[in-house]
Amino acid sequence: MSTSTQRTTDAVLDYDDVVAAYDPVMGLEVHVELHTNTKMFCGCPTAFGAEPNTQVCPVCLGLPGALPVVNAVAVESAIRIGLALNCEIASWCRFARKNYFYPDMPKNFQTSQYDEPIAFNGWLDVEVPAESGEGTEVFRVEIERAHMEEDTGKSTHVGGATGRIHGATHSLVDYNRAGIPLIEIVTKPILGAGERAPEVARAYVAGLRDLLKALDVSDVRMEQGSMRCDVNLSLMPKGADRFGTRSETKNVNSLRSVERAVRYEMCRHGAVLQGGGSIVQETRHWHEDTGVTTSGREKSDADDYRYFPEPDLVPVAPPREWVEQLRTTLPEPPAERRKRLQSDWGFSDLEMRDVVNAGLVELIQETVVAGASPAAARKWWSGEIARRANAEGQDVPTYAAVLGVTPRHVVELESLVTSGRLNDSMARQVWEGVLAGEGTPTEVSDARGLELVQDSGALEAAVDEVIAANPDIADKIRDGKVQAVGALIGQVMKTMKGQADASAVRELIIAKLT
Amino acid sequence: MTSSDLIRRTAAELADLLTAGEVSSRELTEAHLERVSAVDERIHAYLHVDAEGALAAAADVDRRRAAGESLPAAAGVPIAVKDVLTTKGLPTTCGSRILEGWIPPYDATVVRRLKEAGLPILGKTNMDEFAMGSSTEHSAYGPTRNPWDLERIPGGSGGGSAAAVGSFQAPWAIGTDTGGSIRQPAAVTGTVGTKPTYGGVSRYGLVALASSLDQAGPCTRTVLDAALLHEIIGGHDPMDSTSIADPLPPVVEAARRADVSGMRIGIVRELTGEGFQAGVQQRFDEAVAHLVDAGAEVVEVSCPSFTYALATYYLILPSEASSNLAKFDAMRYGMRVWPEGAPDASAEQVMAATRDAGFGDEVKRRIILGTYALSSGYYDAYYGSAQKVRRLIANEFAAAFTRADVLISPTAPTTAFRFGDKLDDPMAMYLNDIATIPANLAGLPGISVPSGLAPEDGLPTGFQVLAPAMADDRLYAVGAALEARLLAEWAAPLLDGAPDVTSLPMPAAATKEDAR
Amino acid sequence: MSDPTRDSLTRDDVAHLASLARIDLSEAELDHLAGELAVILESVATVSSAPIEDVEPMSHPMPLVNVTRPDEVRPSLSPDQALAMAPDAEEQRFSVPRILAED
Ligand SMILES: [Mg+2]
Ligand SMILES: [Zn+2]
Repeated sequence: MSTSTQRTTDAVLDYDDVVAAYDPVMGLEVHVELHTNTKMFCGCPTAFGAEPNTQVCPVCLGLPGALPVVNAVAVESAIRIGLALNCEIASWCRFARKNYFYPDMPKNFQTSQYDEPIAFNGWLDVEVPAESGEGTEVFRVEIERAHMEEDTGKSTHVGGATGRIHGATHSLVDYNRAGIPLIEIVTKPILGAGERAPEVARAYVAGLRDLLKALDVSDVRMEQGSMRCDVNLSLMPKGADRFGTRSETKNVNSLRSVERAVRYEMCRHGAVLQGGGSIVQETRHWHEDTGVTTSGREKSDADDYRYFPEPDLVPVAPPREWVEQLRTTLPEPPAERRKRLQSDWGFSDLEMRDVVNAGLVELIQETVVAGASPAAARKWWSGEIARRANAEGQDVPTYAAVLGVTPRHVVELESLVTSGRLNDSMARQVWEGVLAGEGTPTEVSDARGLELVQDSGALEAAVDEVIAANPDIADKIRDGKVQAVGALIGQVMKTMKGQADASAVRELIIAKLT
Repeated sequence: MTSSDLIRRTAAELADLLTAGEVSSRELTEAHLERVSAVDERIHAYLHVDAEGALAAAADVDRRRAAGESLPAAAGVPIAVKDVLTTKGLPTTCGSRILEGWIPPYDATVVRRLKEAGLPILGKTNMDEFAMGSSTEHSAYGPTRNPWDLERIPGGSGGGSAAAVGSFQAPWAIGTDTGGSIRQPAAVTGTVGTKPTYGGVSRYGLVALASSLDQAGPCTRTVLDAALLHEIIGGHDPMDSTSIADPLPPVVEAARRADVSGMRIGIVRELTGEGFQAGVQQRFDEAVAHLVDAGAEVVEVSCPSFTYALATYYLILPSEASSNLAKFDAMRYGMRVWPEGAPDASAEQVMAATRDAGFGDEVKRRIILGTYALSSGYYDAYYGSAQKVRRLIANEFAAAFTRADVLISPTAPTTAFRFGDKLDDPMAMYLNDIATIPANLAGLPGISVPSGLAPEDGLPTGFQVLAPAMADDRLYAVGAALEARLLAEWAAPLLDGAPDVTSLPMPAAATKEDAR
Repeated sequence: MSDPTRDSLTRDDVAHLASLARIDLSEAELDHLAGELAVILESVATVSSAPIEDVEPMSHPMPLVNVTRPDEVRPSLSPDQALAMAPDAEEQRFSVPRILAED
């Protein structure tokens, strides 16, 4: 166990050198909080952000004598997730106790599943850039298992620097989160991703997130912790057939971080191995701000969890008919759905790939459902907001949620344009205002005074004035050289301080001169 | 009726007196509280007496009865509850320092049902710490003494409940039985105790020792009272996943009919003879003769893997206990001890210091044993093998029940031993439960009924009846039949022969636990 | 740790188990316990000599399966009730000594 506060910066090898010499092997463990009404084993509510210790009872506080009872919807969700991941569903499985002491875990064991997960042996196809560099291709990530367990409470560390665990004098624990149902989804070792390993990792987590969202089993809000990712990584020299020692990077909680953490760990492992050293099997912590991982706790035989079947719960033996009935409730597989959406939305392959890579499919879908055109949805979500999200190290849906920007805003913005109230450049300014938290598009446009001049008298006057000032150009247009009209439009727009609809100006000029 | 008459009545009789309006619940409750004041200094059956709460509950029943409300049959008959069941607003310590002063914010389902049945709760009874023991010597608050001989153990872990009932400090009580903790104390105190079918009584609010073995049940002076109490606390509870949804078998009816004619009773070869005290065996044989006389047919059955039952039990129990007791960590409730001279100690260190200071020797011993049995590399040899033997034992029970309707044995191999006799020899202590443990492993119901006094020491002996799961009614049929015949033979209840506790000299500190 | 077939525990084994079980045993307790556990282990180890080949382990005494509850909210405790028995509390949270390492 490392208690040192001294952080040494690890050496890293250049990425190209890493992938030239080694094959990365990844294992991704994703914990997903289900959005059931109640906790896994008790009737306490699961609302995010409630006042501390207001959603606790004898069961989830681990009070002496209290007993767990399984949430039926959690089991149903676990099975649906398993089916959507093409897993086999256990005909009989049990919960187990994972025994270790930690203050945020009320019983000092986690009720989880061990050697009998409810779902196992599945796969998820994800889309990644093709090896050729042209277009995309499907990469199959094999799923080891998906199992049910419960979340822990949340500790706040007091007295140290900025809430960090080191140097804290004591900690304060809120058990509202304790007992919230979790599904842990574990991949088999992901081999063969090569230099695309970081993209594969990201695409997998994004794909999983899309799938879980489509299943409507979780909020999958990485920024709120309802979806959390651990990245296991090792390198093996090219041509070797045995895995190297792995590191386990905990709590990598955005799509972008997943990609970065894999890349960083590859470079760190590469430097250690290249230098003739060996990798220590340990947990590592990901630092979003600096983009590095630091050493956590070394794996030791203290990690003897003494699993045994949970005697307070009876086995789960889902009847086959029920499993088959649940199979009929599955949403369309994301890859097929993507194909369908691409054709519905009329996006090119390139546009669709960008949208998928940026994790925008759900957002665009919601925006289209809310009433926007697919083109507008794509335009606004992949523009300025994407640029800013990237700079903040976040994905767009997360960033949008943080800003409070919603599909309704895009719908409203588009309708302001189609109704002729805003032109394109004004719409961009309004969108910036929305992103700056100035309100809805209408509020921003009102507040900033951004509105096309609807007063036809003023516009006519401006057009007349410009025609009068440019007799040569006006003559050319009269002679049928319509392309010359652009010169006049620019001048009218200037006179109108940009607050005119360019196409209306064009029509007006042409009407006057032909 | 004087209060000393009242306290010697059975719960069934008291219920009738209450219904007939011949006595009030307040009078009954007061009579028992007076008895507690008079004798519990010597017996130490109670860890906590709730006079105020019991009297308030009694007054409420009296008021409702006066108002003409229809009340449950036993409403107003007070009861004592083993300190391992949570009671909202009343201390619950499980006989451990680590929970000293803990007041639960909720009632165990059993306790809720007692309250719904209108039973005033007199207090919480003493027990071996976290129910680990067969003598109540492992209570952190000092031992309970056997009303028959204050120098002897009252059995355990539920020595407090058995002694409370046996010394007329409560008409009846709730115990819990993980390996015999209701039946063995019943045997050595001359009282009746039932361990219901696993899942027959809710475990919600029963502070777990070993979850797959624990079961709460009645501690009484008669078989009928046990059946009545069984009916009050039993039945399905959605708060306990292991609770059986089927309706309870007709236990009260079986106790009233007391009919064993044509019943096949199986003597388990492995649970008699060698290792059983002569007088215990003698009373057992006489009891068998009574049952034959009453029309039962005796068969002998053999369950060879019962010889592994003790070993199996002492792997499964510590394993589950090591995990169940992990929650006592000084973080959320209970004792918090800082390591000496370390005001800056970490949570880990505080947990370890608290668990060292808060747990007694037997608890530590079993936690360490369980931690070992579950640890990687040892699981298969210990816990894993024990779970397999457990299946063998269950299978042999099933086979035996194709030949017999019930199985019988002496409840405990000996009468009550003296304090300290087995404290330093855990294996000798564990042997007390040799006959009771198999039923817990298989989840089966069992009852212990007094079978007399051993001629050599004049101390009570117990007769155990075991039945298939959810055939608890058979326990009561056999128990009541035997009880009726023995009562006819003795002409008075066995407990009438116990010494007058108030006349006994105040005992000296009995054990090293006591001297702490 | 010691060889499982030997069924004995060294004092160091007991110390390791005590640390897994978070019990700060004294030196004297370690010595005492090592001796006692040796005796108990010798006895309980007999389970592996029972005829258990091909026997299915039994974790639950009753063969119940699929016991669940509907996903319906039940009343929680109030924070006051939840915290009433806490050794220490602050800001409506359980106050615990400093935690050494993240898990
Ligand atoms: Mg997990
Ligand atoms: Zn709860």
